[in-house]
Amino acid sequence: MHNCETIESSINKTELIDALQAIVDNDSVLFETEDLTPYECDGLSAYHALPLVVVLPETIEQVQSILSLCHQHKVPVVARGAGTGLSGGALPHEQGVLLSLAKFKNIIHIDPRRRIAKVQPGVRNLAISQAVDQYGLYYAPDPSSQIACTIGGNVAENSGGVHCLKYGLTVHNIQQLKIITIEGELLTIGGSGLDSSGYDLLALMTGSEGMLGVIVEVTVKLLPKPDRAQVLLAAFNDVVKAGEAVGNIIAAGIIPAGLEMMDKLAIKAAEDFVHAGYPLDAEAILLCELDGTNEEVSEHVLQVRDVLKRSGATEVRTARDEAERLIFWKGRKAAFPAVGRISPDYYCMDGTIPRKQLPRVLKTMADLSEHYNLPVANVFHAGDGNLHPLILYDANVPGELERTEEFGGKILELCVEVGGTITGEHGVGMEKINQMCVQFNSPELSQFHAVKAAFDAQGLLNPGKAVPTLHRCAEFGAMHVHKGKLAFPELERF
Amino acid sequence: MNTDISQQLQQQVVDAFEQASPLCIVGGNSKSFYGRTVSTQTLNIESHRGVLNYEPTELVITVRAGTRLIEIETLLAEHGQMLAFEPPAFSPAATIGGTIACNLSGPRRAYTGAARDYLLGCKIINGKGEILSFGGEVMKNVAGYDVSRLMAGAMGTLGVLLEVSLKVLPRPEKESTQFFQCSTEQALEKIHALSQTPLPLSASCFNDGQLQIRLSGTTKAVNAAIETIGGDTLNNANDYWLAVKEQTLDFFNTEKSLWRISIASDTKSLPLQGEYLYEWGGALRWLKSNETAELIQNTVAAVDGHACLFRHNHHGLFQPLTPGLMRIHKNLKQAFDPANILNPGKLYPEL
Repeated sequence: MHNCETIESSINKTELIDALQAIVDNDSVLFETEDLTPYECDGLSAYHALPLVVVLPETIEQVQSILSLCHQHKVPVVARGAGTGLSGGALPHEQGVLLSLAKFKNIIHIDPRRRIAKVQPGVRNLAISQAVDQYGLYYAPDPSSQIACTIGGNVAENSGGVHCLKYGLTVHNIQQLKIITIEGELLTIGGSGLDSSGYDLLALMTGSEGMLGVIVEVTVKLLPKPDRAQVLLAAFNDVVKAGEAVGNIIAAGIIPAGLEMMDKLAIKAAEDFVHAGYPLDAEAILLCELDGTNEEVSEHVLQVRDVLKRSGATEVRTARDEAERLIFWKGRKAAFPAVGRISPDYYCMDGTIPRKQLPRVLKTMADLSEHYNLPVANVFHAGDGNLHPLILYDANVPGELERTEEFGGKILELCVEVGGTITGEHGVGMEKINQMCVQFNSPELSQFHAVKAAFDAQGLLNPGKAVPTLHRCAEFGAMHVHKGKLAFPELERF
Repeated sequence: MNTDISQQLQQQVVDAFEQASPLCIVGGNSKSFYGRTVSTQTLNIESHRGVLNYEPTELVITVRAGTRLIEIETLLAEHGQMLAFEPPAFSPAATIGGTIACNLSGPRRAYTGAARDYLLGCKIINGKGEILSFGGEVMKNVAGYDVSRLMAGAMGTLGVLLEVSLKVLPRPEKESTQFFQCSTEQALEKIHALSQTPLPLSASCFNDGQLQIRLSGTTKAVNAAIETIGGDTLNNANDYWLAVKEQTLDFFNTEKSLWRISIASDTKSLPLQGEYLYEWGGALRWLKSNETAELIQNTVAAVDGHACLFRHNHHGLFQPLTPGLMRIHKNLKQAFDPANILNPGKLYPEL
């Protein structure tokens, strides 16, 4: 489904397998079709391809040797964690090695005094919080896939979650990385303190989608667990009012730990699935979680109740106890699978917009939904403007997937148009590569390619992902008119 | 004050690129002591100024790089908001561009994050004279490499900052500072014990046998926290933290070299002669010392830390990079500034 960038390797498959088997044991090199199939896609199954070979190293030295080998013979390398990504970032390269970090699953060291944990990249996100719970600490970023997704993938994608507005993304919660360059060199980025000398390579690596290096160790920052968390549920008879309520909470000087919105279709799907007691007659609900010390939460709960009512909420509930808090959240956290129950397939988008643009974006999406004849359920990280519209479709109906992708592309372009971005937390990967041509102009994309070349001059790490070639953009024909200028005047159109 | 001189600045960079003639980027000239000396023609961004967008309820402000820090902080305060990284200014002339280029953060940094953590996007002129935008005005944005944050701390060696978008936060309703007489060991012990609890800490500083701890939050939360941690309440606490941030405390009045050491917070006393001031829960240590740069940087490197000569006779010196990291740094410099015209040598002689 995607166009592999053609790379001429100086080694054939058999020689590659032999060379890899000299580095790791024979069982850790997979090359038969039935062994490769489980790796053909990540969480975005619409895109799939078989790699030439899968290799599962277990030491840093082995990763160094593998990358050095691939560098020497110009073999593409795609790194993979748990494969839960939603943008095709771990989609294999047909002429390349799929480098699985699945065996790197040790927590190397927990230091409760420094509030850090040094972990291998294959450690699951939630496993970190579970391991440090005994010290009253936790790791803040909590992508919805946190049960399964690994920290290496989180760093590669700069994963977020429902607590980003207050606690930040992955980039705000890591302190040091060990990476292997395509040449096989081990680099330590960051230090033992809160900052280090030189360029902020920690930020550059975070969210770089496996294009710059392979992450082999991550030092994460840990936070003390708050004394208390309380959640409020507010119902609105108008989505726009719910959006305004979000702004009003922030204007009151309160930064909620989580602030989520769901629209009518999402509410119904979630309610049918988990029976969270959501009000089915509401056009939108807001879930607002407040955490901190006991005193602070008590004060903020009263203030937020007041703000929500003044903002036109038809109903405001405060979870009576921890059990009810978890039930309120359960519906939100199960929103995606819940939508999966009411439609054969759904396609999850990930744009971010300035929150004040919400009415315009919702209206346009409703118009597009009608135009493409495909329903949309909306789930938002409302606090930070990150939208997850879920387009409902049926892949078995000829042409429906193509219509869905076109619709999705239009939503992303709309996000850019109103001053937002095509991806808030899922990454560009393979999926949004064309929309990158809309968000960035030719010199900006060229600058990204120059950054890539600073790490990987031959373009062997995750080729064809994250940043489109200028030719691809010309072919896509986004025709991004940037301040009256056509984006790629130097290129032919075909 | 609202003027756009981006075209003029761009033309100067284009000319410099064509002639391979280096430029020294200057804002308010408030931090010229920081980093190595660049003695070339100046590119003055100070009159590229003005607030372009400020949406209090979106928690975002976008400003031109020459806008004065004090002007931004005053505007934010009018709306009950602040730059949560509490940047030092060192002069009323300090600009936001210089603040971000240096990535310097103040007392709140250990608890709320650094300048780079609040940088959402920027517009730059690269070394070829191209105007480029990265990031944006939204909290979550993973499209493309994080070039914006790469600019924070790059000291102008990768691009001339034209505009920056920053996340802002509400000012806390109440702040109070408690102080304790104690030894260095006791101070580190106390701050580490407190840092493992969800108390609303927002700054810490230890110097001359006294530990100061600031608490920030709602009135009730701060009052409850005062009960929990004890100690005596510091009078004129705002002035105290301002003096820590702006380095006007007596400690900073010195003829010796002033070193900035970034290190694991619970590192025991370093075997380096001199006087120390501890911030950020122990993770930032200021050292006044006449020891050699080599000894200081080697000692700090041995515990995986970074030491920078912050002030000494108007020049600074950063922790040397490993050969592997220096190679990547040089490649990045080449990627942004192929003619090596933007603040050459400001950060490292090779960049």
